[in-house]
Amino acid sequence: MKKIKTIALFGTIIISAVAFKLGDINIKIKGSDTVLPLSQKEAEVFMKKNPMAKITVIGGGSGVGIAAFLDGTTDIAMSSRKIKMSEKMKLQDAGKAYKEVVIANDALSIIVNPNNKVSQLTREQLEGIFTGKITNWKDVGGDDEKIIAYSRESSSGTYEFFKEHVLNNKNYGSTVLNMPATGAIVQSISQTKGAIGYIGLAYMEKTVKDVKVSYDKGKTYVEATVPNAQSKTYPITRPLYYYYLTKDAAKVKPLIDFILSADGQKIVGEVGYVPLSK
Amino acid sequence: MKRFFRRFIEKFIEGIFFLSSSVTTLTVLLIVVFLFREGMGVFNKTPIEEGFAIALNKNNSVKEISSLDMKNIFDQNITNWKTLGGNNDSIILFRIDDISNYFTDEQLGDSLQYVPKCISSLVDSLTGIIAFIPEKYIDKHFAGRKLPMDKISVGKFLSGKEWFPTAQPASQLGVLPLILGTLWVSLMAILIALPLGLATAIYMAEIASEKVRRILKPLIELLAGIPSVVYGFFGLIVIVPLIQKVFDLPVGETGLAGSIVLGIMALPTIITISEDAIRTTPRAMKEASLALGANKWQTIARVIIPYSMSGITAAAILGIGRAIGETMAVLMVTGNAAVIPHTILEPVRTIPATIAAELGEAPQGGLHYEALFALGCILFILTMATNLLVEYISKKRKYNKQ
Repeated sequence: MKKIKTIALFGTIIISAVAFKLGDINIKIKGSDTVLPLSQKEAEVFMKKNPMAKITVIGGGSGVGIAAFLDGTTDIAMSSRKIKMSEKMKLQDAGKAYKEVVIANDALSIIVNPNNKVSQLTREQLEGIFTGKITNWKDVGGDDEKIIAYSRESSSGTYEFFKEHVLNNKNYGSTVLNMPATGAIVQSISQTKGAIGYIGLAYMEKTVKDVKVSYDKGKTYVEATVPNAQSKTYPITRPLYYYYLTKDAAKVKPLIDFILSADGQKIVGEVGYVPLSK
Repeated sequence: MKRFFRRFIEKFIEGIFFLSSSVTTLTVLLIVVFLFREGMGVFNKTPIEEGFAIALNKNNSVKEISSLDMKNIFDQNITNWKTLGGNNDSIILFRIDDISNYFTDEQLGDSLQYVPKCISSLVDSLTGIIAFIPEKYIDKHFAGRKLPMDKISVGKFLSGKEWFPTAQPASQLGVLPLILGTLWVSLMAILIALPLGLATAIYMAEIASEKVRRILKPLIELLAGIPSVVYGFFGLIVIVPLIQKVFDLPVGETGLAGSIVLGIMALPTIITISEDAIRTTPRAMKEASLALGANKWQTIARVIIPYSMSGITAAAILGIGRAIGETMAVLMVTGNAAVIPHTILEPVRTIPATIAAELGEAPQGGLHYEALFALGCILFILTMATNLLVEYISKKRKYNKQ
């Protein structure tokens, strides 16, 4: 009798566990703090639509996300940069095949004080300004005014992105000011005459002026707008990635399909990133 | 029976008190041990990222490259090996991600198995190459020469002038600008706060009527209760533009802005402690001074202040301690550029601001992470020194009284 009871008990536990498992989508997403607010919003809406789904979103940085992906402690790694060669090699060594999907785009605006008469800059000039080689606005067609360059802290994803895409992997000059938040950059630039900085396209405000950028040595200057970023004519644009293992494809597909759908891409715009062009 | 029971309860409570004090002490000790254990790890590492190495062509005559030169090479400030005492040959940078510029996917193999061979042949064929590659690709068939790197030394760490912890391939870990920035800002803060605080303390203890004092005291204590991020925000929006205008500076985020914010934050500490010290002046001494014909001001200047000097010093040092460790308010207003400040009207970067801003993204156990802990150790030593100084001064005060 006792035996039957035990078996029955275990049986129910197993059955309920399996039932729980079947109806349940349990996904962990970890990585870039840039993608974090977007993933959170997408997960929130997705979970509202699918009450059985449980999605956990954790930040920590792109590097942290991909490291967790390597360890197998997360299902999806979100990243604001493409997976590095060294990380690819580690995945290769571990015998794991993975898939990459671009879920949205992000663009950086270059902003200056509204009283600054400079309205366009080339990539080379930006590199000179942020590495500390160009120190006066008169060298780039402005007034005789000292340049004050503002950057985000090195922990920010935009810091690395700007370094790779605009500074050609060179280091920032040591006189560049580091600000803890995008809001602080906007505030400082709006009250400092010789200031220049970079912010996510979505954070653009009336108190600062954005600058057109040229990546072809001054032939064409492009304004930072959503359509320009979408068509990739604006050069300081980066894709935001999700990485997942091929064997998990079935599990994560509903979420990724949702993000890539029209509804999901609408959220991308609401959170302040650039939706993928269809 | 009842007495026995009461004694038992007493013993029990005593035991709990003993336990909580020993747990507190142990926790503090553990934190210190943890801090130093993590921080000291930095001196066991080379500035090159773990698992990576620098390789040169085997005919390159340069024997070693300092980490500062390494940064200048990869920033393309040094472009010829001649500058470093080598052959007249321009430097070719190679990062592992550049490999696709030299080889096709087929050449690398579908599971990247030919990568070591490709790198080896590349390093062999380009005489001016400096390659930043994973260590595991340097096998015994490697045709280039691996460059040895020195470990980070305590002296270089403390005297280095460049702080670029995320620079690749070689991190620049020089904490001198950060230490100087912290000291500059804290000292200036105390120079601003001390006269103001002392004046308020004397006014409250000796001059103000009881009614005024009863209004002032809680207001000043309220100042201590405002969260530091609010001070930071206030500083960024009000003090920073003000400084920029008053001194006609190109930029308002300066050490002075930090000092003013910190000065305001240190005020409650300074006022409360020095007021207490002033109040402990024995009535007999004050009355003796007045009886000898000294007026109120003479009594304050010649009797009360000299008597409470050690208490006022302790207040000043505790105020400095508060200023040295403050994070958020400073992070928002000082501009955080890691340069050695020549005047207080330049942007500075302090130790606490650096730790707060960078720890989030530093990979655990890595060089950057350990360097931040080492910074924590320096900060700990600074604040402990100020606390010991307070201890020493207040001991002296007791001695004077006897």
